[in-house]
Amino acid sequence: MRQSYHATISSPADFGGWRAAARTALALGVAPEHMVFVPEGETPPLFAEPLPEPPADARQPTVPRAFPSLAETILCHSDPERFGLAYRLLWRLQADKHLLDVASDPDVQRAREMEKAVRRDEHKMHAFVRFREVEDPDGERHYIAWFEPEHHIVERTAPFFMRRFAGMRWTILTPERSVSWDGGELAFGPGARREDRPRDDDMEALWLTYYGSIFNPARLKPKAMQAEMPKKYWRNLPEAELIEPLIRGAGAAEARMLANAPTLPSIRHQRTQERTMVTGGAPDYAAYGANRRPEDLDEARAQALHCKACDLWEPATQTVFGKGPRNAPVFFVGEQPGDQEDLAGEPFVGPAGKVFDQALAVAGVDRTQAYVTNAVKHFKFVPRGKRRIHQKPDMGEVRACRWWLDLEREFVRPKLVVALGATAAAAVLGKTVTIKATRSKLIDLTETTKLLVTVHPSYILRLPDPEAQKRETALFNEDMARVRDFVPEIALAA
Amino acid sequence: MPVRMAKTTLKDKLAILSDAAKYDASCASSGTQKRDSLKSKGIGSTEGSGICHAYAPDGRCISLLKILMTNFCIYDCAYCVNRSSSNVARARFSVDEVVRLTMAFYRRNYIEGLFLSSGIIQSSDYTMEQMVAIARKLRLEENFSGYIHLKTIPDASPLLLEEAGLFADRLSINIELPTDLSLEAMAPEKKPRDIRRSMGHLRLKIEEGKGEKRDRAKPKRFAPGGQSTQMIIGADGADDAAILTRSENLYGSYGLRRVYYSAFSPIPDASNRLPLTRPPLMREHRLYQADWLMRFYGFERGEIVAGGDDGMLDLAIDPKLAWALKHRDRFPVDVNRAPREMLLRVPGLGAKVVDRLLSTRRHRTLRLEDVGRLCQSLSKVRPFITALDWSPGGLTDREGLRTVVAPRAEQLSLF
Repeated sequence: MRQSYHATISSPADFGGWRAAARTALALGVAPEHMVFVPEGETPPLFAEPLPEPPADARQPTVPRAFPSLAETILCHSDPERFGLAYRLLWRLQADKHLLDVASDPDVQRAREMEKAVRRDEHKMHAFVRFREVEDPDGERHYIAWFEPEHHIVERTAPFFMRRFAGMRWTILTPERSVSWDGGELAFGPGARREDRPRDDDMEALWLTYYGSIFNPARLKPKAMQAEMPKKYWRNLPEAELIEPLIRGAGAAEARMLANAPTLPSIRHQRTQERTMVTGGAPDYAAYGANRRPEDLDEARAQALHCKACDLWEPATQTVFGKGPRNAPVFFVGEQPGDQEDLAGEPFVGPAGKVFDQALAVAGVDRTQAYVTNAVKHFKFVPRGKRRIHQKPDMGEVRACRWWLDLEREFVRPKLVVALGATAAAAVLGKTVTIKATRSKLIDLTETTKLLVTVHPSYILRLPDPEAQKRETALFNEDMARVRDFVPEIALAA
Repeated sequence: MPVRMAKTTLKDKLAILSDAAKYDASCASSGTQKRDSLKSKGIGSTEGSGICHAYAPDGRCISLLKILMTNFCIYDCAYCVNRSSSNVARARFSVDEVVRLTMAFYRRNYIEGLFLSSGIIQSSDYTMEQMVAIARKLRLEENFSGYIHLKTIPDASPLLLEEAGLFADRLSINIELPTDLSLEAMAPEKKPRDIRRSMGHLRLKIEEGKGEKRDRAKPKRFAPGGQSTQMIIGADGADDAAILTRSENLYGSYGLRRVYYSAFSPIPDASNRLPLTRPPLMREHRLYQADWLMRFYGFERGEIVAGGDDGMLDLAIDPKLAWALKHRDRFPVDVNRAPREMLLRVPGLGAKVVDRLLSTRRHRTLRLEDVGRLCQSLSKVRPFITALDWSPGGLTDREGLRTVVAPRAEQLSLF
């Protein structure tokens, strides 16, 4: 039989001590089944000898990056086998460096379970520690808690409480360790007894009031509660005393809710209603005559907010009406608002708007003097996860929305209408035309208004080839220069 | 109820105003920036994942002090316990009272922070101003770094929303009901378009607050925990298809962190405009599962809805299993070769289990026993996979498979 060895571990979760012993044992080639880790104070088994010094030329073992933190975590577990398991993993990792990826391996599985149990205990300690306030002799408020963790986690959780309650004097007592903070450094001390905790705290009555009131008796699910707040924690949670009575009373409480027949509204409600009616409340469009033809641009804009002439209103955020001076000499028409326009409620503020602004700047056109709008006033899209994919409006939607476009044109009475893209051109002309046939020409719309057709700025954005993009940008800039030449009053002040 | 003239104590107010807040499902305190109070020497920290400090017997987590500033309200929304026409007991906290309670609870480690909502008093702007005052005081005077969630008032002025975002971790606006038409019918003072406009405005501000990678000067933080919303299920006639259509729209349009579904629950002094029966709690659960499938499992809304009947999800089995039973031709799936997307579609395999399967199979060929060690239970998984030593044979296409894999009927007693 091969010789067995033992090493003493000085504290329950002594990672440093375990690591030193494990390295030595590994260097000596001690197989896991011949290695015993003994907590300090316990007698080592008779068959095992103390671990000798490692050979001077021992190589440092290599481990995957994930191993040290896994080992450190599982050493906090209360299972007496933890040191042996950690060593067995270290041993096996020397021959199989991918072992930790093999989640189905029984050793790895056990280690992951222990890791999870320790993490969960830590998490529950973060959650279930309950401080009670006392006044120290120096007049300072001191917050003291008693907690019984399942694993050896006081050192691991203390920094959390330090980060959270930095400006507070506090102490956490547990059977094994205690820890205090007073703004300087964490101070660890010996364990304590339950009797050492403060007797009570006035605030607990309010906390219990809250706990009892936030509970909805119509949704009783005690098992779901217990899965997350196991009974072993209850004895140190002040609110736990309410659990039984709340569950017992739930049926009656729900029945009371249901049995109460609807009552008549109070006088206060009637007064509130009357007051709201006198002060007007929010304007109700229907009350102002939904079918009335608007008399000016502002009225049209207000009406359009409620437009449901096609189905696009429902999925969209809002109507994006045109923007600009009411007597602007130039009237730009795009296709429809995009994602950003839909959120902001203004036309041409997204990526295509940037291309548009750039071209205007190159041509020296002042956008604030122009009226900018779209053929369709609601964003048409399909949702894809966290994004919205733009959809081209169909002719039915364009036709429905022409009502607003025509009104805008009628009220603004521009010298020049600029249609950006085929949809805009179709909306203005009332028939489908191609960009190729109509582009860059001045077309008579009425005796006083001309039309210029060009591409939509997003067409340029979508071109994959940088050369083509450059060429198209130049052409678009030329069109904007035509706008400036035809309507010189819109040029940027030099 | 007699008019109470006696002075209400803080305890009375807390009882009334937390009772009034319990119909809000969300209590999340996760997903915000990491911060602590070491430098500020104040109180409070947030570390990514939230903490549930207690659980109530309704199985819900208690993470935040979830209260209304007041349950007086000038609105008369049929589904709401605090509507103007209801005769529930009313109370109002002062700004200082909320701040004191929050700090006292937080110091004792009862809570992660504050979730403040309110009835509308005087006007939307006035109400919002008071709520912002509470958040401002917590941050600037109490040096509080814990979590703050403000339920914003949709038609409050944009400037107030912007100020709220400077102090709060999360902002939310409730969409309330699955369709605009039912909201208009049940909440006469609420304007669905205001709700959407506010959500759009918040998304723009939140994105602006994140800044670009290239930015030298980081912008002021704005609601780093994002925005969320809540929808009441079963108060109107909308089916699950309509509900999921709305969620899909909200996730896509406003970058919401979460849509919370809240099964309409009987409320004291209910309005006679409400349905008499309440929906099964299971319906809410199935909607959450469907929501997860859309966001993390690569399912399309249409696929999920088609797993049920007539626009409603199957209440007896989860939506992934329902889909699988209707698409047997896609199974069995080979756990040793199938791509991640297909493994995610196997009933009983969650995202974590799939990741573990993928990492393991790089080094080992999986047997059924290995799969069993990685997931909770094999019974649901077995008919839908093949492994080195396992093939389900005719099991996948068997007539009565549903009864084999469906949870036992006693589960039905949940509703």
